[in-house]
Amino acid sequence: MSRTVNNPLADDLVRPLFRTSVWFYGAALALATVVLCGAAAWAYQIWYGIGVAGINWPVYWGFYLTNFVFWIGISHAGTLISAILRLVNARWRRPVTRCAEVITVFALMIGAMFPIIHLGKPWLFFWLAPYPSSREIWPNFRSPLVWDFFAINTYLTGSLLFLLLPMIPDFALVRDRATGWRKHFYGALALGWQGTTKQWHRLEAGMQIMAIAIIPVAVSVHTIVSFDFSMAHVPMWHSTIFGPYFVAGAIFSGIAALIIAMAVLRRMLKLEAYLHPVHFDNLAKLLLLMSLLWGYFVFSERLTVWYGNSPSEMAVFWATQRGQYAPLYWTMVVCNFVLPLVILSFRALRTIGGAVVASLGVLLGMWLERFLIIIPGLAHKELSYSWGSYSPRPPELAIMAATFAAMALLYMLFSKFVPIISIWEMKVGNQPHPPAPDTTEHEDEMAELWRARP
Amino acid sequence: MTALYALYDDPHAVQRAVDGLRAAGLADADIVVMSSEPFEEYEFSHRDSANWLRWIAGFGGVTGLGVAYWLTSYTQQAWPLVTSGMPIVSPWPNLIVIFEMTMLGAILATVVTLLITAKLPSRLPRLYDPEVTNGYILVGVQQPAADLTPTLTAALERAGEGRIRTID
Repeated sequence: MSRTVNNPLADDLVRPLFRTSVWFYGAALALATVVLCGAAAWAYQIWYGIGVAGINWPVYWGFYLTNFVFWIGISHAGTLISAILRLVNARWRRPVTRCAEVITVFALMIGAMFPIIHLGKPWLFFWLAPYPSSREIWPNFRSPLVWDFFAINTYLTGSLLFLLLPMIPDFALVRDRATGWRKHFYGALALGWQGTTKQWHRLEAGMQIMAIAIIPVAVSVHTIVSFDFSMAHVPMWHSTIFGPYFVAGAIFSGIAALIIAMAVLRRMLKLEAYLHPVHFDNLAKLLLLMSLLWGYFVFSERLTVWYGNSPSEMAVFWATQRGQYAPLYWTMVVCNFVLPLVILSFRALRTIGGAVVASLGVLLGMWLERFLIIIPGLAHKELSYSWGSYSPRPPELAIMAATFAAMALLYMLFSKFVPIISIWEMKVGNQPHPPAPDTTEHEDEMAELWRARP
Repeated sequence: MTALYALYDDPHAVQRAVDGLRAAGLADADIVVMSSEPFEEYEFSHRDSANWLRWIAGFGGVTGLGVAYWLTSYTQQAWPLVTSGMPIVSPWPNLIVIFEMTMLGAILATVVTLLITAKLPSRLPRLYDPEVTNGYILVGVQQPAADLTPTLTAALERAGEGRIRTID
């Protein structure tokens, strides 16, 4: 009944930390170049003013806020899914959780930058922070933007800790295998972890509590992002369905991002032995479920607006159904509903490749959904004299491209310095089980449990 | 002798070793077990399971709630600005901030307690073997009494196939 020590699991998962291919440097350089272009575009906007962006009366929220909502949505891939799977003790979660949690942290960091970029004068961002200024002016806690500040910071703090704590035992493993500067580096990150029974207990108990705490926080974050819209009297924004609609959409796009990230990691880091088709199959089923839920929400929202027949809302409604935004709207419907339904409903098509194609479609569709929530409503306000239009300018496009490159770059760098699959959790999954107690006392205990919980 | 320990690759042997050390007269607090993964299904890993983390997390949450309530209501009264016809101290919007800070308080209290009770960060103790992260499970005793050493060594040997080592 002995376990296999010195098994290839740790070797396989630690190898990318010690070996770097030429491709890695090439890809990192290319992505860093795009990020620098975006930074230059932002610097240009700061220098010449927010007027260089396409946002103007009456559409004051354009690409920046679209990307803000999109990235905050993507952040729901990780911590939320990981926490749920951890709480229900889903065995297949083990290779998935860290890949997912990383997405949350980086997507939140990127998403939270957009309101600051959108400010035009980013150095005034600290006005949102609650601190006692000399004139005792505090943030207005009745403003949804202040709610965003608290929700995003709570979620980011919780997600970062939820990611970092289970990494400590893996840092200890790398510390014991490394030499030179890496030994000192990972030794510092391991915080002196030894793996005593007490440390394992505290870690597992702490992770359990954090999983319980982080789920309502994750739900609250996108609900509060939806409040940025639903608290305003803008056609098709002032809706009670927006909270759950946004949360469902966020989880939907998050799962899609996770499938793509896992497929890329599987190929690039040669993790075929750990990221099995069954993991993609399970996530693809979740994606299909969320696609159906998304369709249900869209139908409910559209039907209610159409039935209400309010002139201002119908103007937005028809602009998206058969007006200037119709091509984008129907592309969104195909990407978010038709494509996942066709690909993921059939077992033969629900392969890794199929799941990736459906996920790419969902990411495009969910970005369009964010765009179509924001722009048509602002462009068709209550009075027709205030109608307008919006088209993005080069700085907005450059900054948007830079954030996608930044996400890929950060993910690459992370997988270069940290085992992207939790090694100790994988080991737990491979443990031998002790022989089950075969006593009358045990049977009585089980019978009592069944009586108490029928 | 500073420490006596054995490395096993089999958790059943570890269980026998821990039982043997107990039979030799050692208290649970004197027996050190280190591993590269938790062994929840074995009795030896349950020795330190009692903890106050849940209660401390609850206390952190209540503290966060109190701070948030004070922050929102005090600051709204300090600069009484009517916003959109809402009361100066508006309970519904404040609830959002109060909820977030309650959860933040619970999370931070959990993490701080975890680090303190798990003694992190700390220096690696003398009783440590890098073989632990290769998958071996260490069962050991720090500063064993000289007269007990042969008994403890025998208990570790009886438990199963393991590598017995000492640190002087």
